[in-house]
Amino acid sequence: MMRRGMKPGHAFVAPAAIAIGVFFFIPALASLLLSFTDFDIYAVADLGRLRFVGLANYARLLGEARFWTALWNTLYFVFIGGPLSVAVSLGAALLVNARVVRLKPVFRMIFFLPVVTTLVAVAVVWRYLYHPRHGLLNLMLAWIGIGPIDWLGDRFWAMPAIILMAVWKNFGFNMIIFLAGLQSIPERLYEAARLDGANSWQQFRGVTLPMLRPTFLFVAVMTMIGYCQLFAEPYVMTQGGPAGATLSLVLLMYEEGFRWWNMGYAAALAFTLFVLMLLFTLVQLRLRSANETTPGVGRA
Amino acid sequence: MRRTVVTVSIHAVLLLSAVLTLLPLLWMVSASLMPPGEASALPPRLLPSRPTLEHYGSLLSRLKLAQSLFNSAFLATVTTAIALFLNSMAGYAFAKLRFAGRDRLFRGLLAALVIPGQVAMLPLFLMLKQMGVVNTYWGVIIPGMASVFGIFLVRQYALSIPDSLLDAARIDGAGEFRIYRSLVLYVCAPILVTLAVFTFMGTWNDFLWPLVVLTDDGMYTLPVALANLAGEHVQDTELMMAGAVLAVLPVMLLFIVLQRYYVAGIMSGGVKE
Repeated sequence: MMRRGMKPGHAFVAPAAIAIGVFFFIPALASLLLSFTDFDIYAVADLGRLRFVGLANYARLLGEARFWTALWNTLYFVFIGGPLSVAVSLGAALLVNARVVRLKPVFRMIFFLPVVTTLVAVAVVWRYLYHPRHGLLNLMLAWIGIGPIDWLGDRFWAMPAIILMAVWKNFGFNMIIFLAGLQSIPERLYEAARLDGANSWQQFRGVTLPMLRPTFLFVAVMTMIGYCQLFAEPYVMTQGGPAGATLSLVLLMYEEGFRWWNMGYAAALAFTLFVLMLLFTLVQLRLRSANETTPGVGRA
Repeated sequence: MRRTVVTVSIHAVLLLSAVLTLLPLLWMVSASLMPPGEASALPPRLLPSRPTLEHYGSLLSRLKLAQSLFNSAFLATVTTAIALFLNSMAGYAFAKLRFAGRDRLFRGLLAALVIPGQVAMLPLFLMLKQMGVVNTYWGVIIPGMASVFGIFLVRQYALSIPDSLLDAARIDGAGEFRIYRSLVLYVCAPILVTLAVFTFMGTWNDFLWPLVVLTDDGMYTLPVALANLAGEHVQDTELMMAGAVLAVLPVMLLFIVLQRYYVAGIMSGGVKE
C-alpha cells in the first residue's frame, strides 16, 4: 500500500496535517481571494453572480465611518485594556508570591477561576452587575458616594465597563505566567541585594523588575494580540452600542459577513484584523530576538 | 512589629481581592436561587429569601436548555476525543519519527499560529455549507479536530521519550502503530490530560464559531443558547443567572479537579486558548 519514500511518520501526521490544511490554511488563503470579490447574498445562492472587484472592498472600508469606529474601539480595548490586565496580573502575582503569604494555592486558584468560566455566561452576569438601578457595582459605588453610572448605556462608560470585565476575566491567566517568572528569579540575587542593604522596595526595583522584564514583554504583547479579537463581550452586553461605542472589528466582521452576507467586504475586514495582529506579532518576534531567554515562559 | 503590620496588610489586600474576584460568581449562584423578581429588588438582596430551583426547572424543561446542555457536552467530548487522537499521533511523529519533509511541515504548521481563526471563518463556512454540514454537529467538530497548539504541546513532551525505549519495542517486533498505542500514549499520559482539559474547555466555552455554524435552536450549544435567551429574557434576571450557572459550573468543576494539568499547559505552551 505504501508508496516508495512514504514512511510511517507520513501516515501519523497526515490526518492532522490534512485537517489543518483543508479546514484552516485553504480557507485562510481563500479569505484573501474572497476579499477581492463582491461575494454577497446573491452569490451565496448562485456562484455565477460572483465578480472580481480588485481592491474595491478595501477602498469602501477606508471610506466607511463604522470601520474607523470599530478600529478605534478595538485599539482602545487593546491599548487600555491590555496594559491594565497585565498590571493587575503582575500585582496579583506579587501579592500571592510574597514570602509571608499563607494558603498561596487557595488564592492562586480563586484568582484563576474567572479564566475558566464561559465568556458568554459571565458577560450575561456582568450585564446585570452593571445595571444602573439595581446592579451590584453601582450599589457599592453608592457606599463611597459615587452617583449611579449607566455603565453600558453611556457612550463614555460602555468601553471602560467592557475593559473592567475583561480584566476580571483574564488577569488570572497572566498571573500564573508571572508567578513562574517570579519563582525562577534566583534567591541569591535577593540575598546579595540585602547584603548591600537594599530594602524591600529597592529589591523590587533592582532585582524583581529587571529579572521579570522578558516575561513582562512577552505577556504584554500576547495579551494585546488576544485582545484584538474582542467579540463576545460587546455581542452579549451591548450589541456594539450605545451608538457604536463598543463596536469591535470582529463584531463588525460578524455582522457584515453572517448577518448581511456581505462576505467579500467582511473578508476585507478579516484581513485588516490579520494585518493588525501581525504587526503585534512582529513586535513580539523583535522582542524575543532581543532577549533570547524568557524565564518561566516556554516558546510560543 | 513592622513585619506583623506588613503581613496583616498583605493578607487584608489579598482577602479583599479574592472576595471581589469571587463576588460576580457568588452573586450569579445566589441570584439563580432567588424567587422571580428578587434579584432586582430594591434595596438589593445578596441572599435568596427562600432558595428555589424553579429557574433551573423551567430552563431545562420549558426553554429546552437540556438539549443545549447535551449538545455542549456531546460536542466537547467528541471533539476532545478526536483532537487527542489526531494531535497525539502527529505530535509524536514530529518528535520521534524520521520522514521526508518533517521539519519543513512542522515549521509550516507553526506559521498558522500567527493567523487568527476569524480570517478563515468566512470561506470555511461556505465550504462546510457546500459539504452540507452547516447546522450539524460535524460543523462544530470539523474545525476543532486538529490544532497546531495541540500538536506542539505533544511534540515538546514526546521529545523526551528515550529513543532506546522505542528501539527496544521495535526489536521486539512491535509495529509503529502498536508502539504508539501501547507505549507512547502511556508515556505521554500527563500531557494528553492537559490537552484534553484545554480542548474540552475550549470547545465548551467557544462562542463565535458555533454561533455562525449552528442555525437551529435545537442544535445550539449552551453559550449560543444563553446569548439568545439573554435577548428575549432581559427582565428575568434569576432565570438568566441559572442559565449562566449551567454553563459555568461544569467547566469550573473540571478545572478544580484537573487544575495541575491545566496550569502545566499554560507553562509549556505560552499560547492562549
